[in-house]
Amino acid sequence: MAILEVSGVNKTFGGLKALTDVNLTVEENTIHAIIGPNGAGKSTMLNCMMGKLQPDNGVVNFDGTSLLGGITPYQINQLGVCRVFQTPEVFSDMSLLENVMIPSLARHDGAFEFNGWGPVAKRDEVSQDAIQMLAEVGLAEQRNVITGSLSRGDKRRLEMAMCLVQKPKLLLLDEPTAGMSRADTNNTIELLKKIGERDITMIIIEHDMHVVFSLADHISVLAQGTVIVDGKPESIKGDPRVIEAYLGGELG
Amino acid sequence: MSQKLEKIKSPLDMEPLTIEVHDVEASHRAKTARNDLILMVVFSAVVLGGPWILAPFGADYPDLLQRFCIFGIFAIGFNIMFGLTGYLSFGHAAFLGVGSYAAVWSFKLLTMNAVPAVIFGVLCAGLFSAAIGYISLRRAGIYFSILTLAFAQMSYNLAYSVLTPITNGETGLQLELSDSRMLDAAMGIERTSSLPVTNLFGMKMSGYEGFYFCAIILIIAFYISLRIFRSPFGMMLRGIKTNQNRMAYTGINTRPYLLTAFVISGMYAGLAGSLMAVTDPLAGAERMQWTASGEVVLMTILGGAGTLIGPVIGAGVIKYFENIFSAFNEDTLHAAYSFLPEGLADFMTTISHPFVGEGWHLTLGVLFMMIVIFLPGGLMEGAQRIANLFSGAGKKSKAESSATDTQPAE
Amino acid sequence: MDAILLQILNGLDKGAAYALIALGLTLIFGTLGVVNFAHGALFMLGAFCAVTVGKLLKYETVKLDPTQTTPWGSPAEIRTPIVEEWFGDFGALMIDYSVPFSILFAIPIMLLLGVLMERGLIRFFYKRPHADQILVTFGLAIVVQEIIKSQFGANPIPQAAPALLAGSADLGAVLGFDPGTVVYPYWRIIYLLFSALIIGIVFAFLQFTTYGMVVRAGMADRETVGLLGINIQKRFTVVFGMAAVVAGLAGVMYTPILPPDYHMGMDFLVLSFVVVVVGGMGSLPGAVAAGFLLGILQSFASMNEVKNILPGIDQIIIYLIAVVILLVRPRGLMGRKGVMES
Repeated sequence: MAILEVSGVNKTFGGLKALTDVNLTVEENTIHAIIGPNGAGKSTMLNCMMGKLQPDNGVVNFDGTSLLGGITPYQINQLGVCRVFQTPEVFSDMSLLENVMIPSLARHDGAFEFNGWGPVAKRDEVSQDAIQMLAEVGLAEQRNVITGSLSRGDKRRLEMAMCLVQKPKLLLLDEPTAGMSRADTNNTIELLKKIGERDITMIIIEHDMHVVFSLADHISVLAQGTVIVDGKPESIKGDPRVIEAYLGGELG
Repeated sequence: MSQKLEKIKSPLDMEPLTIEVHDVEASHRAKTARNDLILMVVFSAVVLGGPWILAPFGADYPDLLQRFCIFGIFAIGFNIMFGLTGYLSFGHAAFLGVGSYAAVWSFKLLTMNAVPAVIFGVLCAGLFSAAIGYISLRRAGIYFSILTLAFAQMSYNLAYSVLTPITNGETGLQLELSDSRMLDAAMGIERTSSLPVTNLFGMKMSGYEGFYFCAIILIIAFYISLRIFRSPFGMMLRGIKTNQNRMAYTGINTRPYLLTAFVISGMYAGLAGSLMAVTDPLAGAERMQWTASGEVVLMTILGGAGTLIGPVIGAGVIKYFENIFSAFNEDTLHAAYSFLPEGLADFMTTISHPFVGEGWHLTLGVLFMMIVIFLPGGLMEGAQRIANLFSGAGKKSKAESSATDTQPAE
Repeated sequence: MDAILLQILNGLDKGAAYALIALGLTLIFGTLGVVNFAHGALFMLGAFCAVTVGKLLKYETVKLDPTQTTPWGSPAEIRTPIVEEWFGDFGALMIDYSVPFSILFAIPIMLLLGVLMERGLIRFFYKRPHADQILVTFGLAIVVQEIIKSQFGANPIPQAAPALLAGSADLGAVLGFDPGTVVYPYWRIIYLLFSALIIGIVFAFLQFTTYGMVVRAGMADRETVGLLGINIQKRFTVVFGMAAVVAGLAGVMYTPILPPDYHMGMDFLVLSFVVVVVGGMGSLPGAVAAGFLLGILQSFASMNEVKNILPGIDQIIIYLIAVVILLVRPRGLMGRKGVMES
């Protein structure tokens, strides 16, 4: 069953066409990679899926709900879509535990609740979820450390925990291994594989072909604002159109 | 936590967790709760014991003690907005002014009892801040600061001009013999030939009685702020300060959180304003001027924005030094330096003179700059640094030292 | 028609002052990324340059003249300003023209103050949050204002325009309206021309010099210019000094219109910030246009006909416009995207 359907999406900036008639179907419980050379429109497309940008026309449906027409990022998140950013977006002045408790609270209490009286420390279900999730990404022992001092790889793992604690249906990852060492990259791949085993659909935007081919069940290739090839990894690998799009770039 | 977790076996097998999470968390929580209790007890004792504690410093007269409490409340409230969310409002004096006007009107129309005046003042300031906050919070950063500043200046200018029937313009709103005081009249309280005094069910609200009334309200106000700091709501506000973008992608609708915080801090300002009227029943537009907003910003920063107790300390320090410094003149200065040789005493008098008396604001400005430049965390950060020096914790890395206590510094 | 023209003219001089302050604010803002709450203080310091020069020029020597006696018998005191003693008639002329003459002193002094301020304080705040910048410059503004208060007192100190320019022009007669309907003081005309000149010089500097080119590039994209290996720090200092001079000159020339006192800087600062916001953060033409626009609107709002319909509107018009602009068009009239939005 398709969890995310994008069809006929166009987006222009001024006179510049960023997306042209983009069609994309993401099946439930798969890892779907979107690849393409720089400037192919990957980030624009992600922003159109997260309510950050409004496409000129077209349809973006998630689990039967339209993600267009004034719907804001927090509402999309409440529907069950969570996003991991290219540079980890965490609460750097707060402890790891607090970092994970906030999304956990967002899942338990919704987008807004005036919960200004009872101490947060007494919210057992919230902190328990958070600690467990930190344990799963291997950061539980550092849970009282202030996040700003973490390495980039650890921040990425923390961000994953922040998303996973919300038990999202769809996880969007924008270049999750950008700027990481080889070891960190491999760790992240392992982590993503484990996440993939637990009924979470993932969309990964990635440059690193090693990451893409280790993970993806399905690959869409974006070039010049449109999807040029769409299929299983095996069929993408040798496709001449893909190689042409990259002009002997990163695929070679 | 209800069920005891023996050991959490990580389902993802990344790094098996070996510590017993439950026990550590429970003890951490118990420690925080105990610290908060101690904090409340010490705070209450210091506030209520103020007249004795401050007697050696010559600051034990009720008028000044009342000001400590009132500005303490104002700063605590401001800190809920600025300290927790990082949104710098330059318009909080407007809410203080509204609270004062509302309280004086309550005295004029209803009764000289302080309770309705305070309630009325807080409510009016709350409504006013809800309206201003609703509009101003559509923008963030410096735009928010300028919007709040613009609203405060509008209120100030209007209070001086067209709103004169409500505010009595430049003269300020005062009690009059001819005031109706309907409730007092209905209760059969006789009119006297002199102006009536504010009271709390018969107890007059000037002098030490007034101070204890303010002190108890300060303690309650501090307790509420403590609860907010420790609550999920407070955590959300800190999240907004740290990374608003992540908050949005985390499913949090930040605006109602911000608006609630803004209204709460506006009500605190209204509370402070109405207490000013309770202790001295008049209200003037100068309370709404933006320099008055700047003063509460300074108090909060000086003590330490985002800390629980810092703003109260900041308010106390500023009001204390204002009192001391503005009382100095050339003669008293010379007397103070009399232990020095004559020439040196003259010299010291000359260079200190611009900083005292009328020049108190100069001292304030210099202090303000020094704090922002050298001690952005305020006095609380300074105290923390000194404490670290003595405990040797300064050698530890920042991450480690903060790991022991993830709550904001007390 | 003539009434409308008069209101426009009345608004122009205040608008010119707003425009000059807002220009400097925007320049500092766009290039250095600093919110300078002490900019009003620079305007005020300029005004007090004029006051100081005026005082110095009027410094007198006292001689006793035994040939003349006062009505009660003692020798008459003859007071002569030193400059008159030194330069004769030219000295008298200097006293008469003390305000424009002050410009010569104000330029180096304001430049020096600006450079000192940037090197001594502002540069440590480039990387700090905007809230910190606001707070430290706010503190500085208080300090400057209090020093001026302690040196010059709290009362406004009137400065006379040169005798030749002290009168008013009957523009009504010139422009074909009834004589006496549009009367406009000469000095305000001078102020307008002067402001236009300063604005012209600033824009020409930015447009036609390589220095200005770098500054403009810096306003458009600070990181890239930094990467080009250009010593951006030195440029920052110059920009700040220039903004200080512009604000200072605006203050010098404004003294015959409004007698300066120590808090005039704060009064103008708040309004100038509003001007910057309305014009669009980071847009120099926006700042100038909004300055004049708001000056004129304020002048219209204080017409009795308007006040009768909307009481109190003259007190709040500028803030009201700022609120509306910020809500409807957050980037201001001419603002670019992405300036100060984080």
